[in-house]
Amino acid sequence: MKVQVNLSINTDLVRRILTGFIRSEITRMGFERAVINLSGGLDSAVSCFLAAEALGPQNVLALCLPYRTSSLESLEHARMVIEATGVQSHTFEITEMVDPLIAHFPEMDSLRKGNIMARMRMIVLYDQTAAFNGLAVGTGNKTEILLGYTTLYGDSACALNPIGDLYKTQVRQLARSLGVPDVIIQKPPSADLWTGQTDEGELGFTYAEVDKLLYLLVDERYTPQECIEAGFEARFVHAVVERVRKNQFKRMLPPIAKVSNRTVGYDFLYLRDWGT
Amino acid sequence: MKLCLALAQINTVLGNVQKNLEKHLAIIEEANSRGADLVVFPELSLTGYVLQDLTPMVACRPRVDDPVFAPLLAASQRLDIVVGFVEEDVRNRFYIAAAYLSRGKVLHVHRKVYLPTYGLFDEGRFFAWGDSVQAFDTAYGRVGMLICEDFWHASPPYLLWLDGADLFIFMSASPGRGVTGKDVLDSSRWVNHILRAYASLYTSFVAHTNRVGFEDGLNFWGQAALYDPNGELLAEGPAFEEALTLVEVDLNQLHRTRARLPLLRDERTALVQRELNRIVSDRTHFSGR
Repeated sequence: MKVQVNLSINTDLVRRILTGFIRSEITRMGFERAVINLSGGLDSAVSCFLAAEALGPQNVLALCLPYRTSSLESLEHARMVIEATGVQSHTFEITEMVDPLIAHFPEMDSLRKGNIMARMRMIVLYDQTAAFNGLAVGTGNKTEILLGYTTLYGDSACALNPIGDLYKTQVRQLARSLGVPDVIIQKPPSADLWTGQTDEGELGFTYAEVDKLLYLLVDERYTPQECIEAGFEARFVHAVVERVRKNQFKRMLPPIAKVSNRTVGYDFLYLRDWGT
Repeated sequence: MKLCLALAQINTVLGNVQKNLEKHLAIIEEANSRGADLVVFPELSLTGYVLQDLTPMVACRPRVDDPVFAPLLAASQRLDIVVGFVEEDVRNRFYIAAAYLSRGKVLHVHRKVYLPTYGLFDEGRFFAWGDSVQAFDTAYGRVGMLICEDFWHASPPYLLWLDGADLFIFMSASPGRGVTGKDVLDSSRWVNHILRAYASLYTSFVAHTNRVGFEDGLNFWGQAALYDPNGELLAEGPAFEEALTLVEVDLNQLHRTRARLPLLRDERTALVQRELNRIVSDRTHFSGR
């Protein structure tokens, strides 16, 4: 590699901003509490640690929502996060909500099944925000948002996302400083939608590689050609650029067809924090 | 002469001028009780920053018959006040503005002349461009005010310097960005680099206030600062939290620094004007608009 890419972050500074963000954006909406889907993985562990620090652990509800094929290890890791943070928790299987829909379509592939599971977890998450009187805190990182490695209206659904501007590599660094159990930091990232699934296996590259490339493309505004000249393999660069482009739809609200003089999204412009 | 300067780094309620006004009056009272002569608020301190379509709803006019400015002008009988607001002019154009209030009068209004409209900024879409950069006299000497992007261009501070300003009051609502391994954000490092540079190059005092709090995902990093004519940091507020930072400014430092370093004495303004005329009239070079 001809260009040195340094993704290291000052974790104290980031922690301060992200806990302040969670506190501000929840309380100004009139809430004090948060609900998080805890998968047992790194990202949701980090969001849970941040929310517990921002709001107090008694004000955070962690949900563990395994499907029957989910690994027991994931559930065990989620329990470790609950124990370490002291947050409140509920655990229940989504199997009996998911299986009747899957049973209607015998030809259903694992992608569709995985999306159903992710969306079922979203339904439970949002229902529990009403029951717990809190807001849904998101767990998507910058890498997966850019690559579109997420289920629309599934795991990407949330009221606010504290870690969406941190690459996976940076989330891992933040996790260490927050005291996330080492076994969670070390294990290969997985959506755990089917047995043996890993992010890096499915994506076809490692987070360590793609984070550096995305950092140059997005943060440093390198052209694809400049990334190739910096030492990245041409095929890899083009595949990632195309993947980012194709998934733009997952990063925005659906476009509204404009017919009136003033239209939400085009010329009706207010922040969500309007008036608060 | 000494000036007790109070730098107010506050959070605001987006689009709620009344609530922000109440906070201003409380902080002015606190600054007064702590002996301040002048209290400075950040950019758009009466309105919040990312106003978008709220802009026309929060605009006011810096006059004694204005319901927002009337209590501020009354408070300015006790100490001088600099506030940030949206100004609507007589022909209904909206400006990002700063007003210097003293003894019940509006001494000066500065309208932001550089509206960043790139990256995360969209000011040019909602606001009119100010068209004047002028210093003005106060009880504490001649002062110049600039708002955020104004001082990212080298010329407005230069004009204020030539126009006699010895105290530069810079006001920001600077969104925090750029986390690296360092213990401050890139945005904080960038701003403090240039504040120090202006203080050193113009052998003048540079005061800076900056918002704190969040607007949607944007954070504002605070760290109000005062640099002296030697480029030394005399006072700095905390990062990310509301604070009123008081600092005693010994205005005689201007005398001592300029005795050592006569940059103002030696400044060749006629040469600048001559070369500027040549450069601007030379159509073969594109040197800005």
